Amino acid sequence: MSNTALPPREVLIDIYRKAALIKQNDERFRAVIKSGKLAMVYYSPRGQEIIPSAMSVNLGRDDYVVTIYRGIHDMLAKGVPVKQLWAELGGRATGTCKGKGGAMHVTHPASGVMVTTGIVGASLPIANGLALAAQLRGEKRVSVAYFGDGATNIGAFHEALNMASVWKLPVVFVCQNNSYGEHTKLAYSTAVPNIAIRAVSYQMPGITVDGNDPLAMYQVAREAVERARSGAGPTLIEAKTFRFFGHVLGDADAYMDKGEKAAAMARDPVPLYRAWLISTGHATEQELAGIESGIEKEIDEAVEFTLASPFPDTAELRRDVFKEEIAA
Amino acid sequence: MSAPAAGMKVATPKAAQMNVVQAVNLALDDAMAADPSVIVFGEDVGDKEEGGVCGVTKGLSTKYGDARVRSTPISEQAIVGAAIGAAIAGMRPVAEIMLMNFTTVAMDMIVNHAAKLRFMSGGQTHVPLVLRTMTGAGMGSGGQHSDYFEAWFAHVPGIKVVAPSNPADAYGLMLSCIEDDDPCLYIEHLLSYWAPGKPPARGERVPIGKAKVALAGNDVTLISYSGMMAHCAAVAALLAKDGIQVELIDLRTISPWDTETVLTSVAKTKRAVVVHEAVRNFGVGAEIAATVSEQLFGSLKAPVQRVGGAYCPVPFSKPLETAFMPGEAQIEAAVRKALS
Repeated sequence: MSNTALPPREVLIDIYRKAALIKQNDERFRAVIKSGKLAMVYYSPRGQEIIPSAMSVNLGRDDYVVTIYRGIHDMLAKGVPVKQLWAELGGRATGTCKGKGGAMHVTHPASGVMVTTGIVGASLPIANGLALAAQLRGEKRVSVAYFGDGATNIGAFHEALNMASVWKLPVVFVCQNNSYGEHTKLAYSTAVPNIAIRAVSYQMPGITVDGNDPLAMYQVAREAVERARSGAGPTLIEAKTFRFFGHVLGDADAYMDKGEKAAAMARDPVPLYRAWLISTGHATEQELAGIESGIEKEIDEAVEFTLASPFPDTAELRRDVFKEEIAA
Repeated sequence: MSAPAAGMKVATPKAAQMNVVQAVNLALDDAMAADPSVIVFGEDVGDKEEGGVCGVTKGLSTKYGDARVRSTPISEQAIVGAAIGAAIAGMRPVAEIMLMNFTTVAMDMIVNHAAKLRFMSGGQTHVPLVLRTMTGAGMGSGGQHSDYFEAWFAHVPGIKVVAPSNPADAYGLMLSCIEDDDPCLYIEHLLSYWAPGKPPARGERVPIGKAKVALAGNDVTLISYSGMMAHCAAVAALLAKDGIQVELIDLRTISPWDTETVLTSVAKTKRAVVVHEAVRNFGVGAEIAATVSEQLFGSLKAPVQRVGGAYCPVPFSKPLETAFMPGEAQIEAAVRKALS
């Protein structure tokens, strides 16, 4: 853990609660997919739990998030209800989007998750627009765009950073750098060793942080969110992390260096943080176990709810294309 | 682009007339005055940048301020993305992608996001943006500044596509598009920007999805939109001298198109010709011809004729460019073929 000033205990616990939810939820998702009860292409966020957890304790419900296909951690951290999330991934009518979006397009405005995109780089320009609306109305809302390191080589990233800087938009760009764009190593695809360097071109702060360190991540997140909220403009955060289950579930990881994944998994950020909370006296084993069993129960209910939920009616094909339902 | 192009004849509208540039400007002005959530942005749209390359947004930033009317970087993805985000958050952005060919660099934002977010979110969000764009061959701009791509967008569920042909429709459709709760692509025709016409009645909306019978007739239905309407009207006038009564339909909205008006007309005339400047192959004409054939096959007296641009990029050299575009002789020949 870094030596920055500690956030209040309740914030430390809140970060853990979010991270544990993401971890346990992911474990169950993978188990249920493997059991054949749910069928989907799944992009596991396991290993990247700390980043959105530490971001989200600095955000209010009204603050906006735009995330990507590997974004279930971002959604859960921001408060998307577990039940509706599961139902959405199960393609059920009771899902956040009536089953019409799926994992890559989860939307839940009530918790501020406005768009989830399956297109690399697309989260940034849209986050700008949400921030623009907040700026024009004089609201104090902040807009967060999550994306991976691979997205920083696409034009939309550069267009969005430039526009956000020129217009001083209240936006925080959070790059979750897990060292791989699909199967390609960062060093093979990217001209800079650290993504944060790219902020220099757009005259905004660019900060590289260990995204698996809750205290460091919290501090960087807090400063960026405050800067955006105060009207001082955008920040690019590069949060270094690692994904434990490859690009897509079932990935053979043959493109990784031998031992690379095992080494990263040995530094699993969630149990490390758990141990730190207990060893430093911020939490007791009993307290954290209580949180975890509460989460487990919530997930049990979500699975049950999903499997018992109906699939959407085919009339949904004609709904939500436009405001007016399309005639049969 | 600079407007009007060198050498072009520009008529000054008479007092009682108005051109499309003025009509779109007036619609934006009226919409901004009525609703503070209406914002305008795009390349060069502010008055410091001369109020748009053709002056469509002239005066708006002076009147409504640089916050609501913003010139942007040349960043089409960022422009459309900003419009999408702002629209989801409840604003009514009118974003300009200067030329229709430039929509190609923002296709992800338009097709994957603006058009689909309402559906993919199960109706929790919607994207009430207007995307203004101008286009058309005939100005010597060559292959990357002249294309009509309306068929591409009409093929994407979730986005409405309109293409007015005259000032009154330009005004009324703009108001309707701004007030519509779904994304609208609003196509402006460069060559007829400065052609004077009947001014709009202030505040009068033209409904999206409603075609207009521009000329009533019983012999053949001629269907068109945007810049090609003027040529179709000229052909109809010419044929009237031979006693041929053309029913001329201005589609105005390409998607969702007004099947009722078109089918009612063709059921009466039993002959149809569709004209657009876009390349004929796989064009809007194919969709209309197919629908007319499906619905009225037994009563048609001739196959539906399609007139469209040649199957090649828009060429630069003047004679080639002219030959690329559907001309009045071609339209007339197609109508006569439908009547034969």
